[in-house]
Amino acid sequence: MLRWLGRNALRAYTGLALVYLLLPIFIVALFSFNNPVGKTNYTWVGFTLDHWANLFAIPGLLDSVVISIRIAFISTLVATTLGTLAALALVRYQFRGRPATSLFIFLPLATPEIILGASLLTLFVAIGKPPFFPLNEFTILIAHITFNISYVIVTVRARLAGFDRRLEEASADLGADGWQTFWRVTFPLILPGIAAAGLLAFSLSIDDFVITNFTAGRTTTFPMFVWGSARIGVPPQVNAIGTIFFVVAVSAVAIGSFLQRRRA
Amino acid sequence: MIAFLRRRPGLLPLLLLAPAIAWLVAFYVYPAIQMLQASLWSGTLESGFTFSWANAATYSAALGRYSDQFLRSILYAAVSTVVCLALAFPLAYTIAYRAGRYRTLLLFIVIAPFFTSFLLRVLAWKTVLADDGFLLGPLKTIGVLPEEFRILATPVAVIFGISYNFFPFMVLPIYVSLEKIDRRLVEAAKDLYAGPVRAFQRITLPLALPGVFAGSLLVFIPAMGDFVNAELLGSVQTRLIGNVIQSRFLVNNDYPTAAALSFMLMAGILTAVFIYARVLGTDELETGIG
Repeated sequence: MLRWLGRNALRAYTGLALVYLLLPIFIVALFSFNNPVGKTNYTWVGFTLDHWANLFAIPGLLDSVVISIRIAFISTLVATTLGTLAALALVRYQFRGRPATSLFIFLPLATPEIILGASLLTLFVAIGKPPFFPLNEFTILIAHITFNISYVIVTVRARLAGFDRRLEEASADLGADGWQTFWRVTFPLILPGIAAAGLLAFSLSIDDFVITNFTAGRTTTFPMFVWGSARIGVPPQVNAIGTIFFVVAVSAVAIGSFLQRRRA
Repeated sequence: MIAFLRRRPGLLPLLLLAPAIAWLVAFYVYPAIQMLQASLWSGTLESGFTFSWANAATYSAALGRYSDQFLRSILYAAVSTVVCLALAFPLAYTIAYRAGRYRTLLLFIVIAPFFTSFLLRVLAWKTVLADDGFLLGPLKTIGVLPEEFRILATPVAVIFGISYNFFPFMVLPIYVSLEKIDRRLVEAAKDLYAGPVRAFQRITLPLALPGVFAGSLLVFIPAMGDFVNAELLGSVQTRLIGNVIQSRFLVNNDYPTAAALSFMLMAGILTAVFIYARVLGTDELETGIG
């Protein structure tokens, strides 16, 4: 009896927890179909597809999305390259100072975003003369690469941990040199880990608000656009774009795990 | 180049690490030093700043002026961490032991919020919790709640928002710890006449502690720096130290005060983590993070 109660209470609780997790996502999507009176989009008025049909009717919205995607793309590319090289070094080689290096790489992840952003802003202020170093897309890019490097290293390293070194030895036994072994054996095997890290880096960059807020100046990324419009009322088009981002991200993860499963 | 490396193979890992480490030194370590220096500046953005050790008074002035916001941040972060822990443990337990073939799906739902914009999620809660929104509105109409009852612009709303945002960071490490437990230990406990409650207390809970520890840090640390939830869901009475740092830096251009506050926030977080590690034992810290 007690067991039955325990099991079903746990089940009911899990159901509630899932609703709690998914409710905001549902609300974001739902209110992209709302037809609000005035500027604020907080109460449900009526269903319309107008905002989806006129997705970029809001001035500046398209620009902000383009800027966000561009920054996410470049920062992912740079951070994934630097991070993968470092992860290889940390997993494959024993050298003096390795534990200290691991700890050092972990530190940016343990630092609150606001402090990362604030210290970068101070750097840009300090190295320029008044008014000061211009904050623009370039400074946002530097900031995003900085926080993404640590995430990439941690992700790729976790995926590399189960790597079977004997595959490389077999390749060497069959006469491949170090370079050939890397590109024909090692790289294809670690590629899923790199792809996962890249996906994480891209989604962290495209959604980052706190650090961007400190390093953006007048540059408006998509999250900066949302923040700016939060005071006067977020247009439903913003919800529509948030919904598109969600669907694209979920599809990417689904396709990725499908491909992984087929390989295995 | 390759021939040179073949003669000195010890250099290869250093060469692979160099670009990432150089980047982090330039854009993580060096800015931190710059911020320490900026906390001892005086002057304005227009006239330029000058450095002097005599400006250390900025620290005591800032602490005196913003002690309320500091204490509020600690309180809200601590309460959010406890709320997350209480909500996350049963969920992680279900996913680890009761979910069967739905395990992957449930794990995916736990991280699903990260695929929507952070700010839009906070604003979605603003919609849900609104004074006449679909949660409170009907309850007021049928008279369960008084007309003036509200959640938005109260500490409850801010703590709720913070807890929601960092909830997955609590679920995942606890799940990982639980999943690693050898269930035969629980069976052994039951063979030795422990009831389910006692087996949970003596076996499952202690072995899940590394996850609880890691999860608590992953919630507490970002919660200490929050300003978004406080700004969008709170009011002037719920301003946190993050809001002060944000507005000192970006609205008032008061870099010395903002930098000093950032340093004290970091020091406060490190102290809290250190005390927590001491209370729980440092082994958990290492297994939790490493």
